[in-house]
Amino acid sequence: MYVIVAGGGKIGYNLARTLLAAGHEVLVVEKDPGHVRWLEDRLGQVVLWGDATEVRVLERAGAGRADVAAAVTGLDEDNIMICRLAERVFKCSRVIGRVNNPQNEEAFRLLGLTYLINSTKLIYQLVEQEIDTAGLIPILTAAGGSLEFVQEVLPATAPAVSRAVKDLRLPERSVLVAVLRGQDMIFPRGDLILEGGDTIIAAAASEAVPALRAALLSG
Amino acid sequence: MQIVIVGASRLGCRLAQQLATAGHKVAVVDPRPEALDQLADDFPGQRVVGVGIDLDTLARAGAASADVLIAVTNRDSANIVSAQVARQKFNVPQVIARIYDPEAAQAYRQMGISVFCPTAAGLEYILSLVQGETGEGEV
Repeated sequence: MYVIVAGGGKIGYNLARTLLAAGHEVLVVEKDPGHVRWLEDRLGQVVLWGDATEVRVLERAGAGRADVAAAVTGLDEDNIMICRLAERVFKCSRVIGRVNNPQNEEAFRLLGLTYLINSTKLIYQLVEQEIDTAGLIPILTAAGGSLEFVQEVLPATAPAVSRAVKDLRLPERSVLVAVLRGQDMIFPRGDLILEGGDTIIAAAASEAVPALRAALLSG
Repeated sequence: MQIVIVGASRLGCRLAQQLATAGHKVAVVDPRPEALDQLADDFPGQRVVGVGIDLDTLARAGAASADVLIAVTNRDSANIVSAQVARQKFNVPQVIARIYDPEAAQAYRQMGISVFCPTAAGLEYILSLVQGETGEGEV
């Protein structure tokens, strides 16, 4: 595959390095001449000095025969313009644009660009997922993901505090595995009274995790 | 008419000033507040601090009801993206963009955007002076 990488910053450099290692033909287009040398020292003679928002530069880069153009500069408007030119002028079959500011994603989509990399949004989604399965922090999954081990520190205000384990309405497909209290590791039986600050480790079928959370944390 | 100008450049500020004087409702958009200070103190239009490709910023500048959007920042990409967003999102009837790269200007003209290219205009003017073809030297 021939891939043009517009923008030789952290993302562009590492993308090019990975593509080269996988045996692809790569050209990085970078507009800062000082940085061009930095890139050449590390990647070899696969760097073109120029501004990829210019048609001539894309032409020199061989955009007409590129399988993929990835616009990963730090400027969203540059990335949009590079994608559009690669697509419209050079009939590049796949163009990929990096979205730096999540607020600009709609502008990319409005202009018909569909392959977008939005790292802020990706990280946000991962954070959301984490919060969703929880306040319980997943520590281990087993049985192909259907069994989850989770951990949580009981806040003093949690409804489970000062109650015996046997009185908690835990979902059927779950069990408390261990309670860490200071230096002690307790294997909880029905008569153990939970305290604020206890670290609870539980195992549950993945579909029972929300109900487990409710029983321990939100009553 | 209601006009949005993206970029408080020399051209942008002068356009804003003259169009406002002519009685049009003008808003100028630029991310740099100090650039907007180049407008006269009594400039009657709206000053909007923000990036011209940002939908919220364009909305604040009144793009939804604008008749014309003129994108004259000093960067081609900012101009063309702003013009295209104005047309696609806000259905601004007339969008005009300054594009310095003659080849890109040509490409965008074919996509149906009003584009003017100072490089091409300057080239033509200087060549006519140097080669003395027209004798007038006007563009």
